[in-house]
Amino acid sequence: MADKVKVGILLAGGCAGCEMALVDLSERLVDALDALEIVFWAPTAADVKYKDLEAMPDDFIDVGFVDGMVRNSENKHTVEVLRKKSKVLIGYGACAGLGGIAAMGDLHTQEELFNTAYKDSWSTDNPDGVMPTPEYTLEGKYDLTIPSFTDRVYTVDELVDVDYFVGGCPPHHEHVMKAIELLLSGQLPAKGSWLTGGKAVCDVCKRNPAETGETRRPVGKVYRMIDGQPDPDKCLLQQGYICFGPITQGDCGSACLSANVPCRGCGGPLPGVKDYGARCLQTIASALADDASTEELMAKYPQLAKFVYRYSYTTGKIDRKTPAA
Amino acid sequence: MPWTPNIVGFACQWCTYAGADLAGNLRCKYPPTIKLIKVPCSGTVEPEFILEALRRGADGVLVGGCHFGDCHYKEGNYKTSRRMMLLKKLIEDEGFDSRRFRLEWISGAEGMKFAEVVTEFTDQLTELGPNPVKEAVKA
Ligand code: SF4
Ligand code: SF4
Ligand code: SF4
Repeated sequence: MADKVKVGILLAGGCAGCEMALVDLSERLVDALDALEIVFWAPTAADVKYKDLEAMPDDFIDVGFVDGMVRNSENKHTVEVLRKKSKVLIGYGACAGLGGIAAMGDLHTQEELFNTAYKDSWSTDNPDGVMPTPEYTLEGKYDLTIPSFTDRVYTVDELVDVDYFVGGCPPHHEHVMKAIELLLSGQLPAKGSWLTGGKAVCDVCKRNPAETGETRRPVGKVYRMIDGQPDPDKCLLQQGYICFGPITQGDCGSACLSANVPCRGCGGPLPGVKDYGARCLQTIASALADDASTEELMAKYPQLAKFVYRYSYTTGKIDRKTPAA
Repeated sequence: MPWTPNIVGFACQWCTYAGADLAGNLRCKYPPTIKLIKVPCSGTVEPEFILEALRRGADGVLVGGCHFGDCHYKEGNYKTSRRMMLLKKLIEDEGFDSRRFRLEWISGAEGMKFAEVVTEFTDQLTELGPNPVKEAVKA
């Protein structure tokens, strides 16, 4: 066969869960390694440094994967370098494409975030109130630097061209395999697409009223998971447990529903949905019975923005609290 | 020229749009701040449209529909009501002033009411000043 496909993997501002999902492929990834050569995987798995990436010729990597959002100057720099060195760049996981969990931080000011992280949380022991400073001179002679916080969270495609996205927090390993197979077969969709099966979570959910013969009814009472134990076979949304399955891509095979937990949207929005949170509201409002059940929902989820934008705040339309720096 | 607010209005064709028409026929006076978009039903106004308008720099958004019980499609406006309640809360959570966004039930017979609502909304937005969220801020 022809030369192996050169792959580069970068963890930007993520939690490394996406990388664990790659590792979870275990034998299958090892099999795929006959066709793939991993030339870069940092800072987690391989013993290569950022400077090795910088030294590569442009377009040296056939397929670059980047997981995580951009949260600091280092993420920004490495993402830009990886883009230059990669022929095809894939935004891998919810953070890269939507902002992910960390993007909820943009509903707070930087000061609030830093106070919580370095002063106020119960496990913090910081009597002098030391805060991270991007530049510091130690003993008057060593200039030390750490990456600086960006003014807000950025998705990868806000900064560089991204060819494809893979959804999930983290992406389900079956789905990863599908993406790798697509790559190897060269049968890729149009640039900018999400590599998905194109079905909603409801479409692959066994509880779908269309499958179970349940009659769809307006939801009169709203429950949170702590309020009780939902019926394990019936549609959660119909039971009043708000589920985002109708507008989320179901490449996970409705994984959460199998565990009796409602979908929270990590698979990413269905095609055509630009503002995930706004579309969530629309869908939920249509399912609710009346203004009273709507009031109940708002009372039960006092942080509505964090509820509907759990994985996607960066792609929301209204700007964040953080003043533009 | 002093700054005047730019309002995007979504008006259902059966009620509020007809009301705006009547306001014209009655020669009601109201400021030329609103650009009306005729929609089949207020229930077709997706929260995304409103956020998109605000993001692109509209200083205010007005959604107008039929009074409860009068919806041409029976319950479109009930859905509108629930959606807009949630949207208002959402944008407040995001630190955005929800007074830039207004929902009114205006029938085809309420030309005067349409003029009054636009006048009042314009005054309120003038007080609030220009929309702080513009595309440029996000870029
Ligand atoms: S998408 Fe989820 S698993 Fe992946 S980096 Fe972000 S938070 Fe972690
Ligand atoms: S709303 Fe949730 S529980 Fe109901 S069918 Fe869709 S994914 Fe399944
Ligand atoms: S059900 Fe929803 S939240 Fe759960 S894994 Fe699938 S897409 Fe993600």
